[in-house]
Amino acid sequence: MVPPVAPLPFFTRLWFAWVVFFKVLFDGLFAAKLYTPQLEAPGEADKPKLPEKPAEVVVEKVVERVVEKVVEKPVAGPPPTDAALQLLALLQREGRFVDFLEEEIASFSDADIGAAARVVHTGCRKALREHVKLEPVRAEEEGAKVTLPEVNPNEVKLTGNVQGKGPHTGVLRHRGWRAASISLPTAVAGHDARIVAQAEVEL
Amino acid sequence: MSSPRYVVGIDLGTTHCALAYAPIPADEAEPLPTPSILAIPQLVAQGTIEARELLPSFFYIAHESDGPQALPWDPQRTYVVGEHARARGVDAPARVIASAKSWLCHPSVDRRSAILPPGAPEDVERISPVEASWRYLEHLVEAWDHVVAKGDPELALTKQSVVLTVPASFDASARELTTEAAYAAGLQDLTLLEEPQAAFYAWLAAKGDAWRKEVTAGDVVLVVDVGGGTSDFSVIAAVDKGGELVLERVAVGDHILLGGDNMDMLLAHIVEQKMVAEAEAAGRSLELDRWQRISLQHAARGAKEKLLGDGTANSAQIAIAGKGSKLVGGTLRTEITREEVQQAIVDGFFPLVDAAARPATRARAALTQLGLPYAQDPAVTKHLAALLARHAEALPSSGTTSPKMLRPTRILFNGGVMKSPLLRERVARCIDGWLGEENVEGARVLEGADLDLAVARGAAAYGLARRGRGIRIRGGTARAYYVGIEGAVPAVPGMEPPVTALCVAPFGMEEGTSTDVAGGELGVIVGEPAIFRFFGSSVRRKDPVGAAIERWKKDEIEELAPIEVDLPAEGRAKGDVVPVTLRSSVTEVGTLLLEAVPLQPKKPDERWKVELSVRGNE
Repeated sequence: MVPPVAPLPFFTRLWFAWVVFFKVLFDGLFAAKLYTPQLEAPGEADKPKLPEKPAEVVVEKVVERVVEKVVEKPVAGPPPTDAALQLLALLQREGRFVDFLEEEIASFSDADIGAAARVVHTGCRKALREHVKLEPVRAEEEGAKVTLPEVNPNEVKLTGNVQGKGPHTGVLRHRGWRAASISLPTAVAGHDARIVAQAEVEL
Repeated sequence: MSSPRYVVGIDLGTTHCALAYAPIPADEAEPLPTPSILAIPQLVAQGTIEARELLPSFFYIAHESDGPQALPWDPQRTYVVGEHARARGVDAPARVIASAKSWLCHPSVDRRSAILPPGAPEDVERISPVEASWRYLEHLVEAWDHVVAKGDPELALTKQSVVLTVPASFDASARELTTEAAYAAGLQDLTLLEEPQAAFYAWLAAKGDAWRKEVTAGDVVLVVDVGGGTSDFSVIAAVDKGGELVLERVAVGDHILLGGDNMDMLLAHIVEQKMVAEAEAAGRSLELDRWQRISLQHAARGAKEKLLGDGTANSAQIAIAGKGSKLVGGTLRTEITREEVQQAIVDGFFPLVDAAARPATRARAALTQLGLPYAQDPAVTKHLAALLARHAEALPSSGTTSPKMLRPTRILFNGGVMKSPLLRERVARCIDGWLGEENVEGARVLEGADLDLAVARGAAAYGLARRGRGIRIRGGTARAYYVGIEGAVPAVPGMEPPVTALCVAPFGMEEGTSTDVAGGELGVIVGEPAIFRFFGSSVRRKDPVGAAIERWKKDEIEELAPIEVDLPAEGRAKGDVVPVTLRSSVTEVGTLLLEAVPLQPKKPDERWKVELSVRGNE
């Protein structure tokens, strides 16, 4: 019944969470659209209730998969998740990123969320700027008319009335971002990268 | 030993260290290289290494629960130097050493004994202020060898020509102890340089030959260096000597434990008060936990930099995270206005005062806990006024009346605090006010660059200047030194015997020179350490070697840690009294060397080193 959904790769999820987080925070309409179907569509809400058990199985599978990966580690060389975990730990350390995303925010007022967003924004921005040098893909101002003799599909996405052969002329809607350089902290041998933040016990 | 390939400048700061380096040009024709800054690998969090330009001068003694504090070059280390150590200073303060450098120049403690961290728990193995400095330097040595030398013994830092900076206010014993730490870290080719001078060298190097347009004969440059933990001032004069422009360091200030950290603490305190008041007004009670205090300090620093920056922002939002992992709902928020920061920092630490203002001192309680002698008056400008007045006669006066103060014509700022244009402007305005009182023109500000790293850069530039590439600042010792000789008078209860101060090294004694102290014959008992009182003066410029000073004005001569000579019994009977004279030298490294020379030597060239700063006064 339910189409088999492959879990998204970690980096994609991180990026997605990041984008959606700010979008929800600053775009009231977008947030409302996401928010409404969950609460006010009983017809649709009923359906997923049936395959509740299978859904749980899917969750378990994900866990299994992680375990499998851990087992494979020594064979495949350094696991590709470490860098992602480092970045996550960094964002948590400097900007309480994980704390923020893991907290239920529905019941809080905008003022409370705004205050917390300042903490997250200041810290994460500092961490991001220290470790990743970001530059726009296109140098033109957003809203400017641009003509593209050819389109590098990695760099530019055409939207709207997409047809015909180039050169394409259109309006730059988003300048894009390119990571010009990235320098992540290195973990020392024996460090457990899965610990994104240590528990703290005050004596 | 092979000849060094690099000159390396090390800024061993109270709160941060930095390292700059430049390759030594093979011949005169090559253009002068620009020093680069080494990114220093260090632990920045548990198990996480990052290379940063600044190495915080903090030392954390790891607890067994922390596990090994692995570095790429040492997987089993039990202590941490750098950013992680600083962060642990907030988490577990009893195990962290901060401001080791200020302890290094604390005359009332034994600086070679394991006293740090003060008040540490039983299981912490304490270390001495000298060892702490040694560990910071050791980290730099290892980091360099890991990043630059990469195993090539020729390129190891211990083989390079190193210039290490010290505060201008460091006395002979603090300098000596600094070199001890450097030798312990393995450095061999070592020279000391005063920090404000290093800042000036950085300015000279940045300007190239154009500096001669901005500083000409007759100019007096005041260097104002306000760092994280200390303030340090020096005055450098440009003098015409037979048609050639010579730079001379003519005055240095006292060691003032006052810096940017004090300002951040004050601001954090103000914001906390404000938050508590706001909460109470809303009928809640509020107490901040440790997490919140940390974020408050960061937030306060950020707000300070923003509001004291270019002057466009009128207020800054301060938000600090809630307790534990709860962020939303618990986040506290307030606003700090420009006026509040202005009042607290600009008026509190840099008040506009007249030239006659002096820092307030209050008598300390007799039984104060032994700690660092923090400045009692937070007004940087008052300390500055006191310095300029004290050295009023440092330069030959051209007019008929003697000036009330040393009059700067140029100001060079240095240190993280002075990055704020508002504060630079305030200091310059204050000094202009004083010059106005004397009816002379205001001073011009020399534009420096990157005030955090200028000292390290300047030290490397000086390393090149010492090799004949570029102008050097002359100065010699910033103090005159005296040995105290107690007069032979009958003991009177309740009266200290009068002390005569015998000048053993004059003010401005140059590197690489030595002199015999005439007229001061001392009797030393063989096999017993003889301890002498030791004094220094930064204002008595005219006392020649051998001058016996019987009376001096209060504050003119200050007592330093005592000195000790211990004659080995070889060739002499134990208990014999041997008459000796003193010989003083300023070494090429830049330290003062005192030696006792027997009047009747048993072997040619016999002499014994006099130890500076053997133990505390208490």
